Amino acid sequence: MADTTATASATLTKSRAAPRRRIKSSTIVMGLYLLFLMLPIYWLLNMSLKTNTEILNSFSLWPQNLTFDNYATILTDPAWYMGYVNSLIYVLLNTVISLAVALPAAYAFSRYTFLGDKHLFFWLLTNRMAPPAVFALPFFQLYSSVGLFDTHIAVALAHCLFNVPLAVWILEGFMRGVPKEIDETAYIDGYSFGKFFVKIFMPLISSGIGVAAFFCFMFSWVELLLSRTLTTVDAKPIAAIMTRTQGAAGIDWGVLAAAGVLTLVPGALVIYFVRNYIAKGFALGRV
Amino acid sequence: MNKTLNQKAWFLVLPVLLLVAFSAVIPLMTVVNYSVQDTFGNNQFFWAGLEWFDELINDDRIWDALWRQLMFSAIILCIQVPLGVFVALNMPKKGFWASFCLVVMSLPLLVPWNVVGTIWQIFGRVDIGLLGYTLSSLGIDYNYTSDPLAAWITIIVMDVWHWTSLVALLAYAGLQSIPDAYYQAAKIDQASRWNVFRYIELPKMMGVLMIAILLRFMDSFMIYTEPFVVTGGGPGNSTTLLSIDLVKLALGQFDLGPAAAFSIMYYLVILTISYVFYTVMTNMDKKEG
Repeated sequence: MADTTATASATLTKSRAAPRRRIKSSTIVMGLYLLFLMLPIYWLLNMSLKTNTEILNSFSLWPQNLTFDNYATILTDPAWYMGYVNSLIYVLLNTVISLAVALPAAYAFSRYTFLGDKHLFFWLLTNRMAPPAVFALPFFQLYSSVGLFDTHIAVALAHCLFNVPLAVWILEGFMRGVPKEIDETAYIDGYSFGKFFVKIFMPLISSGIGVAAFFCFMFSWVELLLSRTLTTVDAKPIAAIMTRTQGAAGIDWGVLAAAGVLTLVPGALVIYFVRNYIAKGFALGRV
Repeated sequence: MNKTLNQKAWFLVLPVLLLVAFSAVIPLMTVVNYSVQDTFGNNQFFWAGLEWFDELINDDRIWDALWRQLMFSAIILCIQVPLGVFVALNMPKKGFWASFCLVVMSLPLLVPWNVVGTIWQIFGRVDIGLLGYTLSSLGIDYNYTSDPLAAWITIIVMDVWHWTSLVALLAYAGLQSIPDAYYQAAKIDQASRWNVFRYIELPKMMGVLMIAILLRFMDSFMIYTEPFVVTGGGPGNSTTLLSIDLVKLALGQFDLGPAAAFSIMYYLVILTISYVFYTVMTNMDKKEG
């Protein structure tokens, strides 16, 4: 971005000479884009702080009578807030399982060639390409027949379908960046494979593990079709509970919006923790 | 990196194999099993051969859904890839604002898919949504529940809102990896902004951009929840994409045979196209070394 840096330094010198500042075109572009991203979310937040009468009868850009009743409804009713707990349980279970099986596999793919490795790798990726709609019905039958229906572990396992391939893919990219000499030196120094892997190798790719965990969390947290199909009561995710707002008296918009806002919170927290690795992570460690 | 030949590496892959076999192969075999059988209930199955496949291929319904799906994915790729690259080029390089942009841009990616649908369902409503209200007070006739064109525009804008950041973040990661020396050389040569983009930035971004295109294609081709929440496949069947149609058939009507045959053909289409992308991608990886 030579030109931009050039204009940037030019703007700097100019602004030093004269108090008038020129606004860069890139700032405008980013401003507009971020505005486009934030507006719908703002509207949801706005609605969650209004009463239903206000939502339906008047149109205002911000709440006229600020109310937290919608949030109170959700946070005091177990039928509501257990949805968040259920979602978090299976998401965390899924993240742990995915990483535990993906780590050794990614190591194998990044370090060794073996019979059928390339085919195996593509076959793993094909599972990422499988539409959840295709698997909804067979999953339902499979987990019912083994007695796991409506449990957190069932959803966690089902989400492994697309998270494990992705975790292997990301981790393999990060592991490729670690020189092989490190492995060899450790083995010469008498480290066993397990000890080397946990003590030396995992700290080296900790950012990769963080990023893979982030992705597993993300895709498990946002998925609804499978988690809704596999649960009825005990492990029902928040996303499915949200349909409760459609009662006989129409949709309870305020509570629906408040529930939506609350689903954004865990994601926002996770993003904050991995913000420095996001860019590299999205490139799956391949830059 | 040159890798060593080691057949024992299979042991490291074994856990993944077992897990994926349980969560993918068994269900997939069930689907194949259903697709060649017929049932009248009571768990009595009859061999039906390729009857279901035959029926589906001659059914206009699945073809219409397929065309809609292909059109949707094509439009999505045509908008999101250039827009994502454009946004990435305009992002701040470092400092507080870079982190700020990254965090805000990632936010839509972590919104549960049905909430994405809910957000846009509310946002687009003429009576209570900012977008719908603004448009209709400007005198534009916009109603996504009755006008197919408005419904299409709504779900496309929604997907652009939801996923453009992914392309942008990938492209941004690619841009970050370009050494400063390249830009300095371009400056000495007095290369134009376009030439810098065409001969330095674009080739360096190609690798990650292919990942972006692959991911975006796969996900837009499987999209279910968001359009389902917003339009429910309507008005009429105008936004019934493949997944929506399939779920209607499988869980709505419990037509196991046709649904299973549908699933397999769906999976094969996505697999074929993704394989092409993947092959191009790995070949490019090799060229770069």
